[in-house]
Amino acid sequence: MSETRRETLIKIASAVSLANLAQPALSQTQAEHVHQATAQAKAAGGTYKPKLLTAHEFKTLQVLSELIVPGASKGNTAEFIDYLCHNNKDLAAIYTGGLSWLDATMQKRASANFVDSKPAQQTELLDLIAYRKNEESNPELGPGIHFFRWARRMSVDGYYTSAAGIKEVGFLGNGASSKFEVKQELYDQVLRKAGFA
Amino acid sequence: MAQVARSQPVYDVVIIGSGAGGGTVTKVLADLGVSVALIEAGPMLNPAKDFKEHKWPYDYPHRGAEEDGASYFGRGRGFGWFTAAQGDWTLEGEPYTTAPGSSFRWFRSRVVGGRTNHYGRISLRFADYDLKSYTRDGIGTDWPITYDELSPYYDKAEAFIGVTGSKEGIRSAPDGVFQRCPPPRVHEKLIQKAATKVGVPCIPGRLAVITQKTNGRPACHYCGECGRGCVTASNYSSSQVQIFPALKTGRVTLITNAMAREILVDDQGKAKAVSYIDKATRTERQIKCRTVVVAASACETARLLMNSKSSKYPNGIGNGSGQLGRNLVDSTGFSMGAHIPALEGLPRYDSDGMGGGHVYMPWWLWDKKLDFPRGYHIEVGGGYGMPGVGSFSGIANRVEGYGDSLKKTIYDSYGTNVGLSGRGEMVPNPDTYCEIDPNVVDKYGIPVLRFHYKWTEYELKQVDHMEQTFTEILEAMGGKIRKPETPIPAEKKISTGGEIIHEVGVARMGDDPKKSYLNKYCQSHEVKNLFVADGASFVSNPDKNPTLTICALAWRTSDYLAEELKKRNV
Repeated sequence: MSETRRETLIKIASAVSLANLAQPALSQTQAEHVHQATAQAKAAGGTYKPKLLTAHEFKTLQVLSELIVPGASKGNTAEFIDYLCHNNKDLAAIYTGGLSWLDATMQKRASANFVDSKPAQQTELLDLIAYRKNEESNPELGPGIHFFRWARRMSVDGYYTSAAGIKEVGFLGNGASSKFEVKQELYDQVLRKAGFA
Repeated sequence: MAQVARSQPVYDVVIIGSGAGGGTVTKVLADLGVSVALIEAGPMLNPAKDFKEHKWPYDYPHRGAEEDGASYFGRGRGFGWFTAAQGDWTLEGEPYTTAPGSSFRWFRSRVVGGRTNHYGRISLRFADYDLKSYTRDGIGTDWPITYDELSPYYDKAEAFIGVTGSKEGIRSAPDGVFQRCPPPRVHEKLIQKAATKVGVPCIPGRLAVITQKTNGRPACHYCGECGRGCVTASNYSSSQVQIFPALKTGRVTLITNAMAREILVDDQGKAKAVSYIDKATRTERQIKCRTVVVAASACETARLLMNSKSSKYPNGIGNGSGQLGRNLVDSTGFSMGAHIPALEGLPRYDSDGMGGGHVYMPWWLWDKKLDFPRGYHIEVGGGYGMPGVGSFSGIANRVEGYGDSLKKTIYDSYGTNVGLSGRGEMVPNPDTYCEIDPNVVDKYGIPVLRFHYKWTEYELKQVDHMEQTFTEILEAMGGKIRKPETPIPAEKKISTGGEIIHEVGVARMGDDPKKSYLNKYCQSHEVKNLFVADGASFVSNPDKNPTLTICALAWRTSDYLAEELKKRNV
């Protein structure tokens, strides 16, 4: 038996307040960053032709992955996910279903699709679905929470396997050198910290 | 119907399998002027095309998750997309079975070079006492050879393939012919300090990686990805280091995509030909031989020998003792890791180095009385590995959330984990063996193996000891070990049989033909022109990874075989 809209809103409201206790909303700079990325994603819509997702789904995924990992678009994260969805029916169902859930939920909350809602509205929804524990207080979030885990895992993968992400995390290897050396001060720093020097 | 050409040559030696054993025999015999045919179940290796060395994840649209995202659903390749292995834990159309109540995992790589193309390169000599453990503690069986008989062949193998290390004078880890080992990575230096503090020796790594130019092979260029294969052949693989050079002598006939089915015998019971399936045409072919060396990997060797039935050998060729398939042993395996706060905030550096630990911990309690026999060594892991699909999934799932805070956690945690892995000796037991499954054949119609596997108290207590030691070392480094509320039983902690890919035994050496399949030269007791040159000959499986000993024994067998051919004894 389905809940009334009012009941749903009450549940979501209580979950929001719980989530806010656990995690502050995005900072001003983060929010601006997301906003810019959204604009970029909209502008860049013509350059990559999604293989499985519709243009709207792809745009939504770009915005979502950018929220999860700021900079994700520099790593072509949405393209990576779309590529795998194209080759895997299970993944495709996870993403088309999940992105549709995001829009439907945002429509109920803000009378707009996810990409067209305000950054603050986007992060309010993410604050609900980015934490497993919220499912206990609001089982209706279940599909969103489940989807978000996929989106987070693959957005992290997409970004940190890109040239931009690998550079940012600071991996310096995969080269070729005639010698392997470690600077003495690196040993010293760690041994001192661990109480050996 | 077998297709046998009338003018088919008879080879002095037919070698079955091109891994560490088959590769060594091919090289040594070709150098001694013997003409050989080498048959391999997989295709030819083309390092330039097959190896994914120096590739980045973003060189592939799937980034390493595989074309259909298989790695997200637990169906990815064993050792991942970038591995040099051309094989896996399962091979399509080539099953094996396990007996009720048994678990066994079997990694097979079908390609010239076999599993040496991707293996861990750890190269450890057996200790003198490893070969005489029955004499020491009354458990298991002594080898028919001594360390002094084996040692000159370790020297030859190490000098030829190239092994790093340092002279340490530790009885459990005999010194060899070593090349310089590069310095420890930062976390390895810390492990050394912590291990020393709790009384465990931690010494430079012994890896089949060359750090100086060797036989025309350039020195290691320290990209850290030996498991992907090395296009400069700066680590050991039988394909690049032994077989490719041997092919240039003109004395080696290499037959690829040839799945050995059976060894055929003459009226006197001597091996006369090898029957194999040519995979390209799915037809049976035969190759005539004066002698045959089986080096198909231990269990595959046992399978072939058991499947070689005749009126003279109803239980498999040369198997009057019934020893084929018996004494199957893998190494014990247990791993533990921890986040090390002292590694937080370390300036990034290139920690790639050789593909494996620049340090390791040899067994140190060999002369102490413990509640289990035999020992283990400890391998180390850590550093700033190349990010790949799944590298940060664990941390992302644990901290949850999103945005800049998630990115900061990933940045801060990168490279701060250290892992320890134990590899220990399993004592052969009567409940662990392989046999031919009477009901199942593979896609070539060849009967497959059925595995029976059981760890005993010996191994379970050893794994408990590993856990205790690893906890001490990691805590001495400042790591926090989350202890479960109720202790996890050792049965749940120990690796699955076969999982460590050190499965050996199953056609063991010995002086007594009733209790062993091979004599001390790895020659069949019953069939004088039949030899085995892989891990199947092992009498026990000491806490030293088997590849170096496979090479040394294969070298010794090759010298003996060449002499016997010369004397017309075989």
